[in-house]
Amino acid sequence: MRSKRKWRFTWRSELPSKAPSGYGRGKKDRKMFFYRKMFFYRKMFFLFLLPSFGGVLVFVLLPFLDVLKRSFSTAVTGQFCGLQNYQTIFTNTAFLLAVKNTVRFTFVCIPLLVVIGLVIALPISRLKDGAVIKSLYLFPLAMPTATVVVVWKMFFYRQGFLNLILTRAGEWTGLWGEVRTDYLGTGAAFWVLVFSYIWKNTGYTVVLWLAGIWGISGELLEAARVDGANGRQCFFRIVLPNLKGSLYTIVILSFLNSFKIYREAYLVAGSYPQQDIYLLQHLFNNWFVNLDLDKMAAAAVCVGGFLFAVIMLLQRMWDRQD
Amino acid sequence: MNSKNRKEGWRQIKAAFAVLLLLIPTIFVILPIILLATGSVMGTGELREYLTPVFGESAEFIRWKLVPDYPTFENYGKLLFLTPQFFVLFWNSIRLTAGILAGQLLVGVPAAWAFAVYKARGSKALFALYVVLMLLPFQVTMLSSYLVLNRLELLNTHGAVILPAVFSTFPVFLSYGGFRAIPAQLFEAARIDGAGEFTIFRRIGLPLGKSGLLSAMVLGFLEYWNMMEQPMAFLDDKALWPLSLYLPEITWVQAGSAFCTSIITLIPAVFVFVLGQDYLEQGIIYSGLKE
Repeated sequence: MRSKRKWRFTWRSELPSKAPSGYGRGKKDRKMFFYRKMFFYRKMFFLFLLPSFGGVLVFVLLPFLDVLKRSFSTAVTGQFCGLQNYQTIFTNTAFLLAVKNTVRFTFVCIPLLVVIGLVIALPISRLKDGAVIKSLYLFPLAMPTATVVVVWKMFFYRQGFLNLILTRAGEWTGLWGEVRTDYLGTGAAFWVLVFSYIWKNTGYTVVLWLAGIWGISGELLEAARVDGANGRQCFFRIVLPNLKGSLYTIVILSFLNSFKIYREAYLVAGSYPQQDIYLLQHLFNNWFVNLDLDKMAAAAVCVGGFLFAVIMLLQRMWDRQD
Repeated sequence: MNSKNRKEGWRQIKAAFAVLLLLIPTIFVILPIILLATGSVMGTGELREYLTPVFGESAEFIRWKLVPDYPTFENYGKLLFLTPQFFVLFWNSIRLTAGILAGQLLVGVPAAWAFAVYKARGSKALFALYVVLMLLPFQVTMLSSYLVLNRLELLNTHGAVILPAVFSTFPVFLSYGGFRAIPAQLFEAARIDGAGEFTIFRRIGLPLGKSGLLSAMVLGFLEYWNMMEQPMAFLDDKALWPLSLYLPEITWVQAGSAFCTSIITLIPAVFVFVLGQDYLEQGIIYSGLKE
């Protein structure tokens, strides 16, 4: 008699050997157990996932549908206006400028950060205790942005420390006179941001590279040395190819962190900074404050969709690496 | 014999040289802190003397002394004893950060467990979705969050900042890494011994996956102690703002107060950093490794 107890997954070996069908070891029973186990796991999966996914639905996914709807209507009246908002943003100079700057920043910063991180990680990986040095490099991550910005202001204003140092160096070597570059008010502001980004994220990158380097099995390198490879060959033929996985990781995370540079830019230069550092985030923020919600909706859909596609692509490449 | 010793000596010199070279960029790390620390103990008069060149239109450069001429704690005194706003904002920061971290633990950790341990048909797609959501900048989802918070009438309360952050998918990702490291045989063994799924989560998953959780907490603290965009967008009332937004409000006339606030904002972050550095590194590594 099959009991009406709540079903629980049990090991096949523990079942009674003379049980009626449904508890036996026939092919049909085995299939049933397999599916029951799968269903049970699926139920558990959704149970554990529910709070998180529920929140994501409520706070991110469902409202995004509302944003999508708004991107097709005007801000004030809410009437349907088709692709008009999209046309507006693609001819809007501010939007195009912001996109250009953001793309430029990303394409400059990420390779720079990746290379600098590797250049620093390699010597550390050979040291016996790089722990203290690693701590020092990681420290900028802990510094609050507002704190850092105060110092940047002291450095990069026209009469700031950087100009002071350069001027003194110029006087001392006799090569150049006074240096009065207004870093924050000209195109050099872009490089200030780049510097700030690299300063903050080098530690992160170094830790990731170190994890990758130390993950390469020592035997590979020993075998290569036994076969007579010198240092350079070891590096280019063995170390670098094995670091491809780390490279993808670092690129994706640097990409993520490159958006956070907006904080420094906003705190140093305000809502309407110098032209070269006017990023997408500035634009969105200004639209938000001015309640230009229709343009913002259209732009959010565009940018979100684009990033979604790019990230899925990177994910696909990343998956293929394994 | 002689050449072997010489080679060994040469290698040591190279190693020392490498260490020195590596230490140079760390000057950039320490320098800001020294500047802030010395600035915070200078009196107003001295600060004005050093800083007006920067903010006036004079032809001189900024000046600074590493050891101030007239060190004084007056700025700290003024800040801690005479500015009640500071304490309000400080506790706001604490409240926001603690609320967010607690919520992330409650919501994100079970989700990470689900992804790590259970195979279900949609789990890979859902996980990819979570990764995408993690990598989107705040501004893209800002409008969506605003609309929901508006409808839930949470705007201008701390909930407006805490709730969306609680459902962030970044801690899920980090905790997932921690749980993945636990061998699956342990779970099977527990099940044979008759453990239910929640017991396995509580007794095996949580203790063994602790490093992933703690790394999520440390990275989360550093992130939310600093957060700027969410409070600015969703909190109108300045009395609700966290400390990270206080600094920009200080004008340069009260530069001393700016330096002191910087140092004080820095202290909890440094504290968490020092305590949790190992977990921080683990977290960075987990956010990197896929499997």
